[in-house]
Amino acid sequence: MWARAVKLGLRSWVGWRRGFTSKADPQRSGRVTAEVIEHLERLALVDFGSQEAVARLEKAIAFADRLRAVDTDGVEPMESVLEDRCLYLRSDNVVEGNCAEELLQNAHRVVEEYFVAPPGNISLPKQDEQEPFSHI
Amino acid sequence: MLGRTLREVSTALKQGHITPTELCQKCLSLIKKTKFLNAYITVSEEVALKQAEESEKRYKKGHSLGDLDGIPVAVKDNFSTSSIETTCASNMLKGYVPPYNATVVQKLLDKGAVLMGKTNLDEFAMGSGSTDGVFGPVKNPWSYSKQYREKRKQKAHGENEDSNWLITGGSSGGSAAAVAAFTCFAALGSDTGGSTRNPAAHCGVVGFKPSYGLVSRHGLIPLVNSMDVPGILTRCVDDAAIVLGMLAGHDPKDSTTIQDPVKPFTLPTFADVNKLCIGIPKEYLAPELSSEVRSFWSKAANLFESEGAKVIEVSLPHTSYSIVCYHVLCTSEVASNMARFDGLEYGHRCDINVSTEAMYAATRREGFNDVVRGRILSGNFFLLKENYENYFIKAQKVRRLIANDFVNVFNSGVDVLLTPTTLSEAVPYLEFIKEDNRTRSAQDDIFTQAVNMAGENLTSAIPEPHAKEPEQLHVTSFSYLPMTNELAGIIETFVVTKRPYWT
Repeated sequence: MWARAVKLGLRSWVGWRRGFTSKADPQRSGRVTAEVIEHLERLALVDFGSQEAVARLEKAIAFADRLRAVDTDGVEPMESVLEDRCLYLRSDNVVEGNCAEELLQNAHRVVEEYFVAPPGNISLPKQDEQEPFSHI
Repeated sequence: MLGRTLREVSTALKQGHITPTELCQKCLSLIKKTKFLNAYITVSEEVALKQAEESEKRYKKGHSLGDLDGIPVAVKDNFSTSSIETTCASNMLKGYVPPYNATVVQKLLDKGAVLMGKTNLDEFAMGSGSTDGVFGPVKNPWSYSKQYREKRKQKAHGENEDSNWLITGGSSGGSAAAVAAFTCFAALGSDTGGSTRNPAAHCGVVGFKPSYGLVSRHGLIPLVNSMDVPGILTRCVDDAAIVLGMLAGHDPKDSTTIQDPVKPFTLPTFADVNKLCIGIPKEYLAPELSSEVRSFWSKAANLFESEGAKVIEVSLPHTSYSIVCYHVLCTSEVASNMARFDGLEYGHRCDINVSTEAMYAATRREGFNDVVRGRILSGNFFLLKENYENYFIKAQKVRRLIANDFVNVFNSGVDVLLTPTTLSEAVPYLEFIKEDNRTRSAQDDIFTQAVNMAGENLTSAIPEPHAKEPEQLHVTSFSYLPMTNELAGIIETFVVTKRPYWT
């Protein structure tokens, strides 16, 4: 049952990934390697889904590379346009709240006053580990 | 009545020529008639009628709340509205009903505004066409104007009536279309890289982007924390000034709002430009600029010069890098901001129960479209340890250079900058979709995003009265000064007649 759930949810992900490694797209510069793709998908928990998406990322990187032409020696990075002001801090008093019921209404799985999550600390299966399940 | 300005309608309400309920009903029926524009995602009919009724009671007692009391307004669907679905045009938030009102929405409601509904946008405000939301694209009301229909008749024969409609621009396209189609008198948009000014330009309405920190972002579902601001769309500059007066000011719930006191202002009735110095940045004379926009730009500059203003050429040397810098910073912040959508506490959740990571991954794949996913992945790439210094920090340094460009220009005696908003007029949808979202955003945001990075405030003013499709100019002034509105108001008086010219 565990395997079936994985298959149902991740089959499309596995499918495109296997496709990716088996074909080489001549138009791509190869800048974004398979390791980087896997790493990004794991970090972002969002998948590329297709070759076009990888190509778009490469174009985005090429676009961003134009910044190299700017001379930024001695320039401090700017995080916010309001950097010369202090952020406003409210005083540490409770002025609102007590709306647990309202907030819980937006969640799909709730048990009493808890949000229900699947078990944590289980990493997404690596690409080669997924192979056996796709045949089920 | 629906074509009047906010101020005119407000006066009519105060004098009893029309009641808030009648006004609300007229707007609601116009919304139904213009449904094909797809400007609204949610029309809050019951809420609106109830608010109109309360407004009417106030007027009867002589206790009106001010200029906005009883005025129909619309709000972009990435502002949280209590008990009204807020989707950001995404599957991720379909069915999400916020438990609170965004501060700007609350301020409008406190002043008696009547909320007509939530308007359509690009998914999560990412895009420059309002074509990429899950509820479909927004059509520009101008596609149905006499001028455009005549122009199309000359061009193509045997073409399907409705196949070549124009885009509204984005991402606040729904808000712009709602205002342009007379279904409301003011609308809220959001502006990160031009998302209010771009559709304002394409739909022929006024789009105002306040300085960063002037208007509260609490309740605005964030895209880029350091550049987002709520934007105002209205049919004339005076109306934008009225709405801004209601919305500006410190909000204890948004720590990035400035604490300086904000004085509401009114536009001067008589325009004296003798002491004004207007800057024309030479780098904005891009080769891709269409000839119509270019000629309108010089016409406006000449007009000011002939009235006594000093018009000089200025330089913003890092202009060509600003769109690249914006692209890196935007995707990086987006990667961080979109991490909150995991399906646990709100929003879409898919049925996988194997592990939290698997559930998050599948939820996010189902909930986000390609554009959003693409930006998240690009952002994560730029934030990788090996890339952080070369891309993210570098972009932040370039941001400072760009912001300094503006500071230097304004310190050299220039009061305002006058530039085009977009490269050309609104394009037909079929042409727009030939390029992907990222390419289009890079092309269309070219004039508008530099000021988001520098935090300046500015307006897109109403355009060329004889143009076949709307073209607009951009007026930029130093942060927090009301100058932008005054100048835009001046442009409006000189260039446009009082009646909307597209009727």
